[in-house]
Amino acid sequence: MTDTRISGFPGVEQTVLGADEIIINMGPQHPSTHGVLRVKLRLDGERIVDSECIIGYLHRGVEKIAEHRSYTQFAPYVDRMDYVAAVSNGLGYCEAVEKLLGAEAPMRAKVVRTILTELQRISSHLLWLGTHAIDIGALTPLFYCLREREEILKIFEKYCGARLTTHAFRIGGLQYDTYDGFEAETKRFCLDFVHRVDEYEALLTENRIWIARTKGVGVLSAADAIDMGATGPVLRGSGVKWDIRKAMPYAAYDRYEFEIPTGQNGDTYDRYIVRMQEMRQSNRICLQAIEDIPAGPIMGKVGKVLKPPVGEVYHSIEAPKGELGYYIVSDGTTQPYRVRIRPPSFINLEALDKMIKGHLVADVVAIIGTLDIVLGEVDR
Amino acid sequence: MSALLDFLKTYMWPLIFAVVIVAVLPLLAGYVVLMERKIMADMQARLGPMRVGPHGLLQPIADALKLLIKEDIIPENADKVVFWFAPVISVTAAMLAYSALAIGPFFQIAELNIGLLFIVAVSSMGIFGIILGGWASNSHYSLLGALRSTAQMISYETAAGLALVGGVLLSGTLSTQKIVMAQHGGTWFVFVAPIGFFLYLVASIAETNRAPFDLPEAESELVAGYMTEYSGFRWAVYFLAEYANMIVVASIATTLFLGGWLRPFGSIAALDFLDFFPPLSFLGVAGYCLYRTPKQPEPIQSMVMALFGGLCFLLAAAMALPFVPAFAASKPGLHGAFWFLLKVSLYIYSFMWIRFTFPRFRFDQLMKLGWYFMIPLSIVNVLGLGVYKVLRQMQWSQWPAFLLTTGGTLLVAIWLVWLAQRKVAVPEPAGEMTEAEG
Repeated sequence: MTDTRISGFPGVEQTVLGADEIIINMGPQHPSTHGVLRVKLRLDGERIVDSECIIGYLHRGVEKIAEHRSYTQFAPYVDRMDYVAAVSNGLGYCEAVEKLLGAEAPMRAKVVRTILTELQRISSHLLWLGTHAIDIGALTPLFYCLREREEILKIFEKYCGARLTTHAFRIGGLQYDTYDGFEAETKRFCLDFVHRVDEYEALLTENRIWIARTKGVGVLSAADAIDMGATGPVLRGSGVKWDIRKAMPYAAYDRYEFEIPTGQNGDTYDRYIVRMQEMRQSNRICLQAIEDIPAGPIMGKVGKVLKPPVGEVYHSIEAPKGELGYYIVSDGTTQPYRVRIRPPSFINLEALDKMIKGHLVADVVAIIGTLDIVLGEVDR
Repeated sequence: MSALLDFLKTYMWPLIFAVVIVAVLPLLAGYVVLMERKIMADMQARLGPMRVGPHGLLQPIADALKLLIKEDIIPENADKVVFWFAPVISVTAAMLAYSALAIGPFFQIAELNIGLLFIVAVSSMGIFGIILGGWASNSHYSLLGALRSTAQMISYETAAGLALVGGVLLSGTLSTQKIVMAQHGGTWFVFVAPIGFFLYLVASIAETNRAPFDLPEAESELVAGYMTEYSGFRWAVYFLAEYANMIVVASIATTLFLGGWLRPFGSIAALDFLDFFPPLSFLGVAGYCLYRTPKQPEPIQSMVMALFGGLCFLLAAAMALPFVPAFAASKPGLHGAFWFLLKVSLYIYSFMWIRFTFPRFRFDQLMKLGWYFMIPLSIVNVLGLGVYKVLRQMQWSQWPAFLLTTGGTLLVAIWLVWLAQRKVAVPEPAGEMTEAEG
């Protein structure tokens, strides 16, 4: 219990009451660390004195693999990073390579990409909501969320044959055109989904226990959030209005109207509200986009063998979890010289230690949940 | 020889009842689990267990078998004797509490003049099993779960006990039989002391470690709390204790507040047709089972379904027995048991409903609710009921006395909520603490 060689902490100290502090190893096999995150907690009773994140249990060397695959071959690998938002990963990669090639996808492809990516954002947020609620002890929202997520996955399945690791896009455009009834099905889902979000909010938003468990928990000030490079809902929950879809529009986002929801206090409750609003906004984008999908080709002019000129490129998109960036260096061959990925989960996770200090054990799971991390992306 | 006969004469029925309780309570607990899973599934837009037996009817038996033959792991550094003994304490306490509870006027193992006190005392012994089990496991998660459990028990046992005092005050006795009889022909105590009932409902959820007060075993935080290191049948025994405890608190609430085995509106002759409800409800279930029998996918499932239908027919026949003039004397016993178990089921249903709706409290919030709200309110509730009793003795009629005392208690409740809402400088504010450097 007090062995510092195991704990790695500088030594267990006596607490106010004269009792020993205890060290708890949360994870990598803990029900609510969302995968294989391991957090070492030093506790005074149930209060967290110190903590340390240990990651890397899911490291697969994605960036290294890229150096030995052609640009086309590497595309499916990025789906395995944030496996609950594979479409977004693919979009970021395809657009980065297109930028490197100097090619551009046709408008039809861009619009379809936007629709699918926004559906993916909804599905990713749904999974977040369900698991976050279950971490805090509300069992039921998860099943409602999975029910709606299933509808989205069915659309993906019909579109490209896969549900999770979709590999939906190709460099230069799309491989498949939309299937018959894609517009109708997506529209039906979106029109229905508005009421579904109301349903989740009825269960949680004004629930006194939910508010007590999330308000004032895991506060991250705007300055801290910017310092740590947090992005996505974590940054916006702290009140910073920063969304790459607006700041540096990609795909077809400049065609649509939507708002960037922000919080004020930077606590777990605000991040919850931000994500709920984001789902509504994504839905709004989908409804606008589905109305007029322009006709035309779905593949731009890229060669059979991709050989980008020597150079480097950084392209980032607003993935469901934050800024997902690809930095690709080309040496003029068919394989990238180096691919560096900026995973939003990994960088948002930095804030964990700061956010949980002084809180209770029960808050740790709430805060891990509110960061919305996917370990596949953290460890790559 | 005559001594043996005397012994049997005195103790035969208690012994039979005891055997029935020990045999049936685990089965009942298993089916409460099935009921919970089915209700949960219903509320969560899914089907729940459907594979083992028709509509999952044999799931509890399959689960029990699986747990029996599972490997039983004892951690290396655990205190083996205590580790072995702890779940037994829990389950014994839960079952022992049933010895003084009356399911109907006849079905009772021992009619004690201090019945309620005995039940409360024995059922709170169960906490030792949790504390010892958590401590003996030699694991931090278990220890934290056990510590939470201890603090929670101390806080909520007080509120629950004081809520029960209200009922005892109204009936003027601790014997379970007499408490029920005090409600006979009059109003059930839930209508006289609604606040007391509400307090007991909340406190009993906390006492049985159910959500939203399931902190000792909070899955998402402490893996499984005090049960983390338990596996196989030892784990099942803890599980059994938890569900048996649920049945016990539901029975206490039924006895004290919901009129025990009494039929609703028992004193109104115009509503005597309610007596037909027990046999007819079983008949309905039996009919539905038989209707579903040919629709089962497998012949074996059809058989099980038909078996259940037959069982329900038998129960319906048993419930109809009192309508035969020769057996009219069996009516309070049979129908009493039916109404009692129905009320217990409804009480447990409300437990489940609450569980699937609300998120979990945090530890400090739980303590705050217990000490700042539940305990003060339960003391005021006892005072209010005392005033009610005095007013009734002064020949006040029921309504003014009720409105005065319950209204007063309600005002205090609102005041307490207002107090809790106020931002007070607590020495160590939990959760809202921001870092010194931030």
